[in-house]
Amino acid sequence: MSAEVPYRPSGAGDKIQKQIQLPFSKAWQISLQGIRIRWARSLITASGIFLGIAFFSFVRTAGLFPVNLADKEAVAAANRQTWLAIMALLVCFVGIMNAMLMSVTERFKEIGTMKCLGALDNFVVKLFFIEAGLMGILASFLGWLMGWLIMVLLHLISKGVEGMGGAFFGSSLKEMAVSVMIGATITMLAAVPPARRAAKMPPVAALRSEI
Amino acid sequence: MAAHEYVVRTKGLVKIYTMGEEVLRALNGVDLDIRRGEYISIMGPSGSGKSTLFNAIGGLDKPDEGSVFINDVDMAQLDARELAYLRCHTIGYIFQTFNLIPVMTALENVTLPTVFAGAPTDQGIERGIELLNLVGLGHRLHHRPTQLSGGQQQRVAIARALANNPSIILADEPTGNLDLKTGEEIIELLRLLNREQGVTVISATHDYKMVNVSDRVVWIRDGKIAKIEERANIDIQVGQMAGEEH
Ligand SMILES: Nc1ncnc2c1ncn2[C@@H]1O[C@H](COP(=O)(O)OP(=O)(O)OP(=O)(O)O)[C@@H](O)[C@H]1O
Ligand SMILES: [Mg+2]
Repeated sequence: MSAEVPYRPSGAGDKIQKQIQLPFSKAWQISLQGIRIRWARSLITASGIFLGIAFFSFVRTAGLFPVNLADKEAVAAANRQTWLAIMALLVCFVGIMNAMLMSVTERFKEIGTMKCLGALDNFVVKLFFIEAGLMGILASFLGWLMGWLIMVLLHLISKGVEGMGGAFFGSSLKEMAVSVMIGATITMLAAVPPARRAAKMPPVAALRSEI
Repeated sequence: MAAHEYVVRTKGLVKIYTMGEEVLRALNGVDLDIRRGEYISIMGPSGSGKSTLFNAIGGLDKPDEGSVFINDVDMAQLDARELAYLRCHTIGYIFQTFNLIPVMTALENVTLPTVFAGAPTDQGIERGIELLNLVGLGHRLHHRPTQLSGGQQQRVAIARALANNPSIILADEPTGNLDLKTGEEIIELLRLLNREQGVTVISATHDYKMVNVSDRVVWIRDGKIAKIEERANIDIQVGQMAGEEH
């Protein structure tokens, strides 16, 4: 065991300066790693948005097939379904916020420790937003795909390839963009309270023994 | 560059906890001067205020009265970013529960403070490997905390505390969750680092083994310093107590 450690970070132990702001890329790296290792936990958090968007996409895809406008019943049903999908997204919003608040609670100690090591509040905020953004985008895309596939399958079974031309696929792509944007936005919005809570967590939290 | 004689000075520290009607003075006027390079143990019964003092010195919690000076700087004068700088560069923390970041490997944990300090990645990694070698874990660089024993985790934590070459290491019961032998090894490691690198070690502890290696022992009772013993006196006592010298 040798006790020779040559590397001296500049300024250490001398004059106190302002802690530097870390570039976005660092927060990105650390977030990504957290998601990767804690993927099971991330999956639970993301499942809410996945299911919500899947339902949303299912309904929207159904809307892409031509409806007989004379059939008032069918038009009314389509409208009802859209409202249902929006309600589902609202439920999602609350669910995912709750899941993220829980994951902040689970990480009390970890966040406190990071602050003891020199993390600034806004760095912690970045960690949570990046995590939410990534989960939101990925889960919404997969959710869209699932809703779309199920609807297309149902359609194929009942009506065959009728109405599934180039226009349909073009609109589907547009719907995908809409789904991912809505999903990511919802997730990011839901991340605001958890991220603030994490940022406000005092470094003493590192010393708590519970959890 | 002025060589400050004292790394830590506290003046009239008071910390009050109110629980409903009850008012508890967890710290009740603590004056303590700690010299550069000292190894200090803070001892006292459970609930005497050791952790509270640890938090105040480490800038983790604000005292209600009195002040803490680190390298002659009054901590109360620092803003949030300066406090973060202080925690990052000047103080290294060691916890009873190790507190490694569970999703990171040993090396990533040790490197993390250098990331917060803005060190270039390759230099941080180099530093991390050096430190892990120093604490005898050069062969466990890429293990995650769950894949390490308690003693090994605490070694990683010690390496991490040293990452930015701090002037102070603050340890709150660093051996509290370790068995006797492992605890002894950790204490020896801290002592070695204190001697060879000149880092000031302040350790709150229940562990009488700590007394052996301390330059001074600060006894706390009911939020007050009951007595401060110098090493010379301690040796005799421990000799009598344990019947042998280490
Ligand atoms: N957050 C808190 N709220 C209320 N009271 C507190 C709080 N933290 C500590 N105390 C009280 O302050 C006193 C000192 O606590 P402290 O944790 O400093 O003791 P300690 O010496 O570290 O004890 P131990 O050896 O058991 O760790 C205790 O009576 C404790 O109950
Ligand atoms: Mg304690």
